[in-house]
Amino acid sequence: MRKSRWIEGLLLVGLIILGGWAYQTRQVNHSNMTITAVGSTALQPLVEAAGEDYSTQHLGTFINVQGGGSGTGLSQVQEGAVDIGNADVFAEEQNGINANRLKDHRVAVVGITPIVNRTAGVHRLTSAQLIGIFTGKVLNWSQVGGRNQKIVILNRAQGSGTRATFERYGLEGHRSLAAQEQDSSGMVRQIVATTPGAISYVGFSYVDKTVQAVSLNGVKPTNQNVTNNRWPIWSYEHMYTGQKPQPLATEFIHYIQSKKIQNTLVRRLGYISMADMKVARNGQGQIHKVVKGHE
Amino acid sequence: MNSKLQKQLLKRSKAAKIERLGKGVSFLALMLIVLTVFAIIIFVTSKGLSTFFSNHVNVIDFLTGKNWNPNVTNAKGQPEVGALPMITGSFVVTILSALLATPFAIGTAIFMTEISPQRGARILQPVTELLVGIPSVVYGFIGLTVVVPAVRAVFGGSGFGILSGTFVLFVMILPTVTSMSVDALHSVPRYYREAALALGATQWQTIYKVVLRAATPGMLTAIVFGMARAFGEALAVQMVIGNAALLPTSLVSPASTLTSVLTTGIGNTVMGSMQNNALWSLALVLLIMSLIFNLIIRLIGRRGAITK
Repeated sequence: MRKSRWIEGLLLVGLIILGGWAYQTRQVNHSNMTITAVGSTALQPLVEAAGEDYSTQHLGTFINVQGGGSGTGLSQVQEGAVDIGNADVFAEEQNGINANRLKDHRVAVVGITPIVNRTAGVHRLTSAQLIGIFTGKVLNWSQVGGRNQKIVILNRAQGSGTRATFERYGLEGHRSLAAQEQDSSGMVRQIVATTPGAISYVGFSYVDKTVQAVSLNGVKPTNQNVTNNRWPIWSYEHMYTGQKPQPLATEFIHYIQSKKIQNTLVRRLGYISMADMKVARNGQGQIHKVVKGHE
Repeated sequence: MNSKLQKQLLKRSKAAKIERLGKGVSFLALMLIVLTVFAIIIFVTSKGLSTFFSNHVNVIDFLTGKNWNPNVTNAKGQPEVGALPMITGSFVVTILSALLATPFAIGTAIFMTEISPQRGARILQPVTELLVGIPSVVYGFIGLTVVVPAVRAVFGGSGFGILSGTFVLFVMILPTVTSMSVDALHSVPRYYREAALALGATQWQTIYKVVLRAATPGMLTAIVFGMARAFGEALAVQMVIGNAALLPTSLVSPASTLTSVLTTGIGNTVMGSMQNNALWSLALVLLIMSLIFNLIIRLIGRRGAITK
């Protein structure tokens, strides 16, 4: 009896301490010091790194960053559940999103390149060949100047921002045929690296020695070529907010758009800085030259 | 004095109060679980049915269509949401892995209970328990780095496909089926064996003609349980099956399961949109299937209970 009393007492004290700690560290959703950004996994590393930087400079603020995909980000910010929705696609392109209720903030550009397994022996393709491969008209690498090897197509999941961009600008609007799907770029790279004859597409920052990036119509997939749209497969990284965002959300987005972050973090993490872009593109895919000093 | 005693006797005793409290607490716990289960069923059902009611997709088209392309509308003006490739994939992987796992599981179980109970309990018991404890992402990763290249080298193709999924699931459901088969064999009364041996049957005859026959319902339950686990497994299968929403043409061609399409797709769709609802419909199919598995288990259990 005595012993059990003792344990009960200990449990009670423990509970009180836990409760107190939870109360002390509780998330104050309505204070202006915490914001949540949810969405695109392609943009997540940048927002996370910038969020940490921002928090160390502005003590007491906290930027909570989560993945979940572009669709999740857009729908959560539209419902007002989070402050910022990260997306690789224009809100206009996503089904079920009312773009008029959201405010678009572009923070970086990502170039996307086709990658192939090294054993295929292919370094360059034309747009027609690329479309042929992804629509099932070209079945063997020897048909496009490679070794005699069957082509294995690997897609990102339906609705992925990278896939949408690749189909729109890489395949010129053609849809890829149904094939294997993976839900992350890291996984895609690993599978392309180890599967003979595989082809897929990833953001520039995912390209490494294990896979072969392909030049398209004689243009190499480099940041330089993206900035003047000679390499057409690229997309903006958007951070969407509601029409009346929290002050901290606006401030944080301005911080990411600032020269300091654009010149350091953005480049280091493999994105292309907004400041480098010599062209701009709207939701309809129309390109126009950027007049410096305006944007 | 009398009234004091009367009061004491009529008052509820301390033990009775504690008992009432205990009953109350356990009833509350039960209610909470029942409520949760019902909430999940209602939520998934309402979400899953909205594909058919608010997006007006034909149920037959959904279950028998071969094209899964929720972003695209077909000639009839309806979204292309044919779930047949996923349903087929799920069933084929489940059945094949159960077929593969059953002989191994029953063999192990017989060894552990009939042939060498002591060694079985000392070595095999911990081993099977260890297999249960390994997280499915680890199985998936091993599948991706070991099974897929092996399948590619031996059987050709890209290595991703139903065969790889079967091998991974086989290892995952083996411990479940084994430990439940062991329980089934243990529950066969000892005098069955003694009677058989006394009649002059050898050990093998006893096992084959008496013990296994008596334990059949329990074993079937074990297999169906394993199948239910295989049907619902998402992560490990998703990593090795290739996730292509195509009707599988062979065991080494990329395929997909209900779960793999769900996990890859859900983050890229917007809550309340048609694409999202279609995924919820897949979840509904999964839920119904696991309910059916449960029903089968109950049926077998009721039919074949050993009457002592």
